[in-house]
Amino acid sequence: MSAAGRTVRPVSIASFAQSQNVRKDDSRNEAEGLLPVITEVFGNIGITKDDVDFICSGSTDYLIGGPFSFVMALDAVGVWPPRSESHVEMDGAWALYEAWVLFQEGEIDAALVYSFGRSSLGNLNEILTLQLDPYYEAPLWPDIVSLSALQARALIDADKATEADFAAVASRNRRNALANPKAQVRSDIAPEVLLQDDYVVAPLRRHALPPITDGAAAIVLAAGDKARQWGERPVWITGFDHRMETHSLGARDLTTSPSTAKAAEVAGLSAGSVDVAEIHAPFAHQEQILVEALGLDDSVVVNPSGGALAANPLMSAGLIRIGEAAERIRSGQADRAVAHATSGPCLQQNLVCVLEGA
Amino acid sequence: MADETTDSGPVTTLATPIRLDFEFTPGVAQSRFLRGLERGEFFGQRCPKCGKVYVPSRGTCPTDGVATTEDVKLGNSGTVTTYCVVNVPFAGQSIEIPYICAQILLDGANLSFMGLIQEIPTDQIRMGMRVEAVWVDQSELTPSLASVRYFRPNGEPDADYETYKEYL
Repeated sequence: MSAAGRTVRPVSIASFAQSQNVRKDDSRNEAEGLLPVITEVFGNIGITKDDVDFICSGSTDYLIGGPFSFVMALDAVGVWPPRSESHVEMDGAWALYEAWVLFQEGEIDAALVYSFGRSSLGNLNEILTLQLDPYYEAPLWPDIVSLSALQARALIDADKATEADFAAVASRNRRNALANPKAQVRSDIAPEVLLQDDYVVAPLRRHALPPITDGAAAIVLAAGDKARQWGERPVWITGFDHRMETHSLGARDLTTSPSTAKAAEVAGLSAGSVDVAEIHAPFAHQEQILVEALGLDDSVVVNPSGGALAANPLMSAGLIRIGEAAERIRSGQADRAVAHATSGPCLQQNLVCVLEGA
Repeated sequence: MADETTDSGPVTTLATPIRLDFEFTPGVAQSRFLRGLERGEFFGQRCPKCGKVYVPSRGTCPTDGVATTEDVKLGNSGTVTTYCVVNVPFAGQSIEIPYICAQILLDGANLSFMGLIQEIPTDQIRMGMRVEAVWVDQSELTPSLASVRYFRPNGEPDADYETYKEYL
């Protein structure tokens, strides 16, 4: 298989599990919350921690307000005898990418990737400000909702979208979530009703914002014989890339996502049509920017899971997109799918993963 | 051309104050440990697979990756596995130097934790010394390690090295 001229070693999404996504899980610590997810992701395919060669996680200590939370989370995996392990201070989708690179190098044949995000422990709006330039932007404390509103305003002023479009996106995603038992916000409310919401930060009304979510997710990757042993219908990653844009918001055209378009190009997305797209668009207006950057037409089913507007566990919501897209293929609802993950303010960093059935 | 901004030299410091407040969630297992401290007792949890008892337990066995569900009440005494004598003053120090900081393996536990040793000259501390917890007054007990004032020698003969050599 190849994407954009590169030879890609086939790697399968062998198993996927996610926690129930909730507004606040204040009964369990990180390891206790993660343990059932790890148990399930191994249990789905009848393996144990001893069957994987590598463990990689995505999380951030800023959510918990304590150091080395990713090390403590390893208690949920059990790392004896000593294991090969790594961590990224990014969404778990990037942890999956790191593992995938090791597969491409031929160093591993099976990996566990997981992520956890407890968004409820601090003031998320303030915490996310610390992603910004620490000298000139962060000291002004522009919160993430306000920055996203700047982006939405730019879309409206460029005649690319209306508030009604944002409401339509929110309405569809949360209606889709009715079929997703793990989702946090599930409702069937018409866009015209949503447009009666108050503004949180104009032009963003309540419905255009993601929920605050505690949750965790895990994926087992496998190649070669293990991929076939661990699933009757392997779901292959056939293209994978991630790109980022400049740190300075003022230097970007916030109405487009060239990093997503570039990642899609390198991942070989346009080599064929896709049936399903799972897009990580925490704010409603961002879905339209990403659909355009990915070059998706109206035939593509976007976010059948409900997307990040239905459940947005920080650091996990991107990994969940990949897991959800893989499940559509495994269940036979799709033959080819694309999953997208984002990180940073106003879609600064973007990852594209192309998946295909056997 | 020189002007005021260049004449003043490079800026070497920029203060950007940051303060964030977080809630702490001890979780199910650690809550049991903390509630035990509130009653003046040490509680750990046993791994159903390897049988080790962790104190405090975080709800999973870090070796096996399975839930630790069996609560185990531990003794009030334990063994010093290793120690150091602190002679260096530092900001926020609340104990008069020199003092002894030790790893203590409570009776019935398979994980040592750090404790302060008092009521003994610092040059008499040794590995294997048997110690017991001294608690704050009943009315001052809280779900916190502050409920343990310190550990002190309990008068028993030193423990055999074989009993704690795996916990150094």
